[in-house]
Amino acid sequence: MLTCKDFLHELSDFLDEDMDRELRAKLETHIAECPNCWVIADTTKRTIQIYKGMDPQPVPPDVEKRLMDALERKIAARH
Amino acid sequence: MAVTSQAGIDEGVLLAQARDGDTRAFAELVRRYEGKIFRLAQHITQNREDAEDVLQETFMKAYEHLDQFKGDSKFYTWIVRIAVNQALMKLRRRKTDKSVSLDEQIDTGEDTVVREIAAWGEDPEQHFSREELGKILDTAIQSLEPPYRSVFVLRDIEDMSTEETAEALGLSIPAVKSRLLRARLQLREKLTRFFKRKGDDAFAYM
Repeated sequence: MLTCKDFLHELSDFLDEDMDRELRAKLETHIAECPNCWVIADTTKRTIQIYKGMDPQPVPPDVEKRLMDALERKIAARH
Repeated sequence: MAVTSQAGIDEGVLLAQARDGDTRAFAELVRRYEGKIFRLAQHITQNREDAEDVLQETFMKAYEHLDQFKGDSKFYTWIVRIAVNQALMKLRRRKTDKSVSLDEQIDTGEDTVVREIAAWGEDPEQHFSREELGKILDTAIQSLEPPYRSVFVLRDIEDMSTEETAEALGLSIPAVKSRLLRARLQLREKLTRFFKRKGDDAFAYM
């Protein structure tokens, strides 16, 4: 019988769908019966989704210019 | 550097050209990855100025050591490794942060503590403005210790695989997995304080 602690231990692989079918079925049975673990799985999944959904910020033009200038100086110094 | 029209060129070709001294090819590689490296650096250092330094240092070092890149890993994984090392060095120099080594012994074992269990409302992030949400997410990441923060940023923000993350950080796969679990649980806990459904109170558990 799977405990909450066992479930928690496997949570990341469960959310990443990185496990065999047999273990997955056991974990699914556990969350169907354990509201606390269901909440943890659900909110952890949404935590990951929120972070994944963050817009990548483009590098601000002034930062990019300083980067390119620095590289240019470096390249010039080598030749 | 001059504007180039190399956007469609294969990475392997660009690398070969850059190794032969083609600076436009290297500039194109920079353009492909600067956004990701800058974001990663901001997340790990939590400081805009440091992140800008990390961005520059990463590509300077990459250029300098390009002949050492053998192509047995992805170019991106290779520069991420440089960037993470530079970012951790910044944290170490700041000294306010005492736990910035990726190698130090950290407790990853039994205490994946879950203190707060409360269901979230539907689309709870909609209740916050973009700026507020950004601040909540940043503050939560900032509260993670750097070894956990680095793993989370690479795996869940940069979307690298467990294997790539292990390679970029010089960690074993089990170490990546246990740190990731702990980071995710800690962030979940922090976000729950903002996102829990009204009327749901936290209760002790486990």
